[in-house]
Amino acid sequence: MSDAIFTQRLTKYYGRRPVVHSLDLRVPQGSVFGFLGRNGAGKSTTIKMLTGMVHPDSGKAFVLGEDVARLAPATRARIAYLAEGHPLYRWMTVDEMARLTRSCYRDWNDALLEQILDHFALPRRGKIRRLSNGQRAQLSLALAVAPDPELLILDDPTLGLDTVVRRDFLESLIQLIQRRGRTILFSSHILGDVERVADRIGVLVDGVLRVDCPTDVFKESVRKIVLEFGRAPPEFPGCRGLVSSRQVGVDLELVVVGFGDEQRQVCEALEPRSIDVIDLNLEDAFIEYTRGPRRSLPIFATENRHVERARTQGAA
Amino acid sequence: MEFSIDPSSRLPIYRQLGNQIRESVARGRLRPGEQLPSVRDLSRTLVVNPNTVARVYTELEREGVLHTRQGLGVFVAEPKADLTKRARKERLEELLDGLLTEAVYLGFSAEEVVAAVTERAGQFQWSHA
Repeated sequence: MSDAIFTQRLTKYYGRRPVVHSLDLRVPQGSVFGFLGRNGAGKSTTIKMLTGMVHPDSGKAFVLGEDVARLAPATRARIAYLAEGHPLYRWMTVDEMARLTRSCYRDWNDALLEQILDHFALPRRGKIRRLSNGQRAQLSLALAVAPDPELLILDDPTLGLDTVVRRDFLESLIQLIQRRGRTILFSSHILGDVERVADRIGVLVDGVLRVDCPTDVFKESVRKIVLEFGRAPPEFPGCRGLVSSRQVGVDLELVVVGFGDEQRQVCEALEPRSIDVIDLNLEDAFIEYTRGPRRSLPIFATENRHVERARTQGAA
Repeated sequence: MEFSIDPSSRLPIYRQLGNQIRESVARGRLRPGEQLPSVRDLSRTLVVNPNTVARVYTELEREGVLHTRQGLGVFVAEPKADLTKRARKERLEELLDGLLTEAVYLGFSAEEVVAAVTERAGQFQWSHA
């Protein structure tokens, strides 16, 4: 399978700070990729580089097999982008905005647009400035989907939407996914949404892609280990996959990626009274993973290509 | 058949759905031959990625719980006993040992465990072999 998005050591500096650092991103065609990270981790900058709105300082980005720096207009028309906050011309009506957007595309599916506008019950002659945040998000999605794009890039599309509108929005997204071969990359802070729709997730921490794997694998890999000592716990010597360790009273709490026999032996050598291995939900796994000591975060990915980089970064 | 997904659960979505279908079949809420919703419909009602639903169906088919009829859909499979009687008994004993060990640690008596098993067994659908 080919990649809908592919980046090679993509890097962007704002001042002297690398906001995106040597990013190797790969989103296979037909997959739904949940792009996660805390505020300021570099998600929006990455998305802007993928859409050609920000030029990288080094590295390359390819979408639908073409270099973003030299994207043919025909290829650009196969990509839809939903910007953060859903910027639209507020003085236009829904119909006017649809006509304007339509004029920018060669392919345009009127029936699909009608269907989505009906589904959301959007007032065609209503001024956009009178729409609620939720309705504006729905209109943006409808307009993004109408050209029947092969690649859809959504920057935090459900930000500021209430629970019901968010669910509606996700349902539309699911319907879109059901149209075969469509690739979606979306960033979000709502982990529950991500788990519902994403095949894979990528977690960006301080501009570095620390996680790139199937959603389930991430959820099942990050574990909290509680070692009970009944006395002041010893210093944890460290082990492979360790995200963080902290003393909580007479316990030592570890967060570990891929806890197995090797890690268990390190724990047992400390002679705790008990060892509890606790599963985490996606939200907790994400929180534990992204608040650990940043530099030593284990990078985990199912592909070998990252192993090499993990080593070079570990040595640095 | 109503299924539900809870993303705040520690179980991945495919496991939640897989367990619910397995349990529904075991409890007789889903009968052999009964049709399940299509991947498309279930993905839409649960608001989860269709690939996740497809994966659950594939896994359950491999386990012999479900059965796909080309062009017709996905159905609950007829129960089959492809393991020998002895192998099945060994597997059951293995599971029982795990349960009994837990029960001992929880401080139950043997009588209490037997009573609890009898009570719960009433809620399941058993084969008449």
